[in-house]
Formats: sequence, C-alpha cells, structure tokens
Amino acid sequence: MKKYSKDFLESLYRTMLRIRFVEESFVEPIIKGEIKTACHLYSGEEAIATGICAVLTKNDCIFGNHRSHGHYLARGGSMKTMIAEIYGKSTGCSRGRGGSMHLCAPENNMLGAAPIVAGTISLALGSALASKIKNEKKVSVSFFGDGATGEGVLYESLNFAALKKLPIIFACENNFYSTHMPIKECRPNNDIYKIAQPFGIKSFRVDGNDVLKVYEVAKKSVEMCRDSNGPVFIEFLTYRLRGHVGADDNIQGTRTDIRPKSEISKWQKKDPIKKFEKYLIKNKILDTIRLTSLHKSVRKEVEKAHEFAKASPYPKESELTNYVFKE
Amino acid sequence: MSSKNRKLSYSLAINEALHQMMAKDKSVFLIGQGVKSPWYVGNTARGLLEKFGSQRIIDTPVSENAITGAAVGSAISGMRPVVVHPRMDFMLYAMDPIINQAANWYYMCGGKMSVPVVIWGIINRGGEQAAQHSQAFHGLFAHIPGLKVVMPSTPYDAKGLMISAIKDDNPVVFIDDRWLYAVEDYVPEEIYSVPIGKGIVRRKGKDVTLAAVSFMANESIKAAEELEKEGIDVEVIDLRSVKPIDRNLLLKSVKKTGKLVVADVGWKSFGFSAEVSALVCESGYLKLPVIRVALPDCPAPASRTLEKEYYPDYKKIVAAVKKILRK
Repeated sequence: MKKYSKDFLESLYRTMLRIRFVEESFVEPIIKGEIKTACHLYSGEEAIATGICAVLTKNDCIFGNHRSHGHYLARGGSMKTMIAEIYGKSTGCSRGRGGSMHLCAPENNMLGAAPIVAGTISLALGSALASKIKNEKKVSVSFFGDGATGEGVLYESLNFAALKKLPIIFACENNFYSTHMPIKECRPNNDIYKIAQPFGIKSFRVDGNDVLKVYEVAKKSVEMCRDSNGPVFIEFLTYRLRGHVGADDNIQGTRTDIRPKSEISKWQKKDPIKKFEKYLIKNKILDTIRLTSLHKSVRKEVEKAHEFAKASPYPKESELTNYVFKE
Repeated sequence: MSSKNRKLSYSLAINEALHQMMAKDKSVFLIGQGVKSPWYVGNTARGLLEKFGSQRIIDTPVSENAITGAAVGSAISGMRPVVVHPRMDFMLYAMDPIINQAANWYYMCGGKMSVPVVIWGIINRGGEQAAQHSQAFHGLFAHIPGLKVVMPSTPYDAKGLMISAIKDDNPVVFIDDRWLYAVEDYVPEEIYSVPIGKGIVRRKGKDVTLAAVSFMANESIKAAEELEKEGIDVEVIDLRSVKPIDRNLLLKSVKKTGKLVVADVGWKSFGFSAEVSALVCESGYLKLPVIRVALPDCPAPASRTLEKEYYPDYKKIVAAVKKILRK
C-alpha cells in the first residue's frame, strides 16, 4: 500500500466533507424557495474535484461547468462568498451577478464556470495555450460531464490540444446522465475514455468515487503535462446522489427522481465519503472521535457561512449595469 | 516622428498595428486560419510569422469554435489574443465563445475577470461568392451586451482601431472589409489609438446628415461630392464604432440638419441602420422621416446582375438624399 501522510489524508477527507455538507445545506433553502438560483449539486462526486485539486499547484488553472460547487471549494475558493453568491448577495464571489452556475475564484486560479455544456472546454484549452506560449509550465484542468461528449467543440479541442501538445487535463465526470437522459440513450457505447485515443491522447478511466485513485491518476497526468507530454484525458466513473438540478430532481424542488431506485441505492453504497471513511478507520488514520470532531467543525463552518450569506445585503438596484464593460 | 505624407494601404495599416503591438506587448498573439498564408488574410499578416515565430503566430485547423474559445480562455488567463476569421461567415461556428462566454464573462463574475480579446472578422464579399462568403454581422454582434464592435473605413482608422482593440480590456469585434484593403492614405508610423466609441465628421454640411460605417462611409463621401455639384450640402458622419455608438456626434449633427440618411453595409432590418434611425428618432430632432440605404433583406446572390442590384453604392445614397429633400 502507498504511504500517505496523516495530514494529507485528513485534508482530502475534510475537503470532501466540506463539499458534501455545503451541498446538503442547500437542500432545505431550495425547497423553501430561499435559494432560487439553479443549483446542480455535486453530492456523490466529491472525490473527483478533491483528488485532482490536491495535485495542483498555485498557478494551475481550472474551469468548471454547471455543477461546480465542488470544483470551486476543492480549488480553495471561499465557502462564505460561494454561499453568498448562491443567495444572490453582493458579497458573493461573483457579486450576485453569477449565481450558482458562475462561480469563480481567480485568486486561486479557479477561472470560472459556465453551464453551456462543453462551453468552458475551449477556455481551458486557451489557458493551456497561454501557458505554452509563455513557457510557464502551468497545467489547466477542464471539468465537464458525460453530456459534453455530445458537443462538437470537445473534439475540436482534443484535436488542437494534441496537435500543440498542450498542458491540459480533460477531466470527464461520467455520472451516466446528461440531465434526464441516461447515457445509453446519448451514446452508442459507454467507453468515453476511448474518444481521445484517436487523437493520440493518453487516456485513463478510473473509479471517480475513490479519492486516492483519483489523486494518483491526477498526479501522473499533471506530471505528464508539466513534462510537455500532455494533453491527458481522464474519465471518472461516478454518480450524482441527487438529481440533475435542485434539491432532488430535474424540476427544482419537486423531489421526483426519474432514475431507478435500485440504481440509486447501488451507488449510495459506493458513496465516496463513506468509502474513504472506511479506509481511514481500517488503516487507523483517523478514529471515530476525530471523525466526529471533523464533522462538527465542518458543520459549524457551513452554518457560519450561511449566516454570513443571509446577513449580507443584496446588490443595489442602481448597480444593475455595473460590470458590463471594464472601464 | 513619422513623416506627414507616409501612405499605407488599409490592409498594411492593420499589418503594422499587429507588428507594433506584438513587439510592444509579449502577451499579444495572433491565432486563426490562414495567418501564415500569403493570401488568406490579404497581406495583413505579412512578415509576422518570420518576426514572431509560430508560438505567437498560430495558424490553425478549421475549428472556429475551439480556436475562438481558446483565444477567449487565454485572455481570461492574462493574454491579449487577436483571433482572426478570414471570412466572417465561418465565425458563426464560434458564437458560443463570443457571446455566451466572452461577452458575458466580466459581468457573470462580477467584474473579477475581464476578457481582452480581439475577435477579427473579415467581410469578404462580391465576386459571385454567394450567400455564405459575403455576410457582415456587425448588427448581430452589436446587439450583445458586453461586446464592442468597430468597423474602420480608412487606413488611419484601421491601424488606430486595431491598436485600441488590442489595448482594450473587453472583447472587441473588429470588422474590416476586403473591398477596403487596397485603399491608400496617410498612416502615422508610430503607435497611436483611435478611440473606440468615437465617430468622426468626414465632411461638414448643413442640409442633411449622412451617417455611415465601413465601406459605406467612403461611398457617402463620394455621394456628398456628387451632391455638392447640385448645391446640396451634406454632413457625412463616419461612426467608426458600431458599439458603443457615438450618439452625441450623431445628435449634434441631426440637431443642426433635422434630416437623416443612414448608409450601411448590412441588411436593412434590425441592424445598424435601424438602431441609428431609432436613436435619432428618440431625440426628437428630426423634421423629416429617415431614409435608410442598406442591403435588402435577402441573402447575397451569386450572379453578377443580381450582385449589382444587391450592393448599394454612392448612387443609391445620392438618390436617398435627393428623395429626402424632395429634389
């Protein structure tokens, strides 16, 4: 077994827990209508953002998608300002102009997120190109879902990245659903990792619910990119424990998930956080007392962040048209 | 200091702007189809590859969506790219990165990240090339909040506006016209800016205001010269920027003349001529109805007889001015 430091493993666990608790903290306010922005919760997919971002160094860039709360938090974005953004407050990370789907933390090189499916893949291609032009050795990560494999720009981007040997990781989070559409109704096969191979791109498929496996493949991939052996394509197999959008399902707040119950319960057993907890306990990294205290402190942090968000003012109506152009 | 009579063609004025800005600022680069071809983009890219190398002069596969997205993404991460579309018609493949991403980015992130990209589209019409090798889309792009749109008609403005576009912190759509490439005029040798959003009075007059842009600005000057022979005194305004539009200059002139003819290189409905007419109507200065000289609401034809009918010239402008004066 590989040796990891206790602090490192605990930090991975803590990051996943922060994402999960934040996501779950939105459920009630969504149902109550206190949060109206379309939230695509990341519950169940935490290991991917956590494992990848644990490898990145300060200058590396990431771009997210519609389901990017986890990417933002794993990259070190402030929890308080993210929650404020989701409440539409002026203290939000995008000053109340972006909402859930446009989180950004440029100070941490989380360069933004956008819900146009596959729309940010080419943006990450651009930050990788910038790195190559300036010879900065920084790596870009593009997070997208299995649904994005239906968009042409992905293949244009794979071709150009391979052609120019750009330091970019194409991180495909395959949760088997493109909004309401099961993958078998969207693709003739399920082997997403193979789509990059005709471009000569090194491709991997790993269990996206195993944070250490994610970390290892990300580490290898980042090293390849830094050594000018990019790009890399990784397919992470995962599952969203909640619906496409909102608290439970496609229509915000209705709680009528269309996916088979048996499928959901199968994946609930593969919950990445529970899985990692078992590993930590089995290997005597953390005991139940430490786990409980971690839970308590993260829960407290999330509560405080909600308090901050709720107490924050909304943007002023008179400032509606600020930020259309940079003066 | 430059000689007061140094003349340069419109296309080489753009070329000089690119040479000087790339030499001055290492974050500027040129990307797009045909930038290393001796003919694809006229001679606007002459000598750039030899001087700046293939790291910064990047000829690309035909992948407008990904390449424009890469330019946008590189701008988000600190570069100042110029992405060229040798035929604007192909630029429609890149509507997502231009409109959804570049135009909205600064607003969506609450002013935290700007997108200093120049999106350069070349109108390349005539020659029986038909509907998909002819279109001018300035009205379409000018409709979008967050985009600036410039359309120089002279070599002086072509250089000065390209420099301003590169220096601007916002996405600028720079639209030129191959029909203008051979026009020669005075161009200073040094770096200078033509301010975006500022039009210019090309010819002072008191009877009618003739507002135009791009190729039609030159046709308007020709028309004014013809009309002068008949004792009609036309004020010609070249708006130079479609967005932001120089409202003050326009209204100052119409306040004086009370009459307006608009001449555009685009279609009549919902475009530049419609917007100019509307904002002048809103001012209350008009004494007579507006007349618009624009393309008919019809795709560009191939056959020479139809083409001749399709593209308006100075004669149509002369007729419009006479009609307004009931002469």
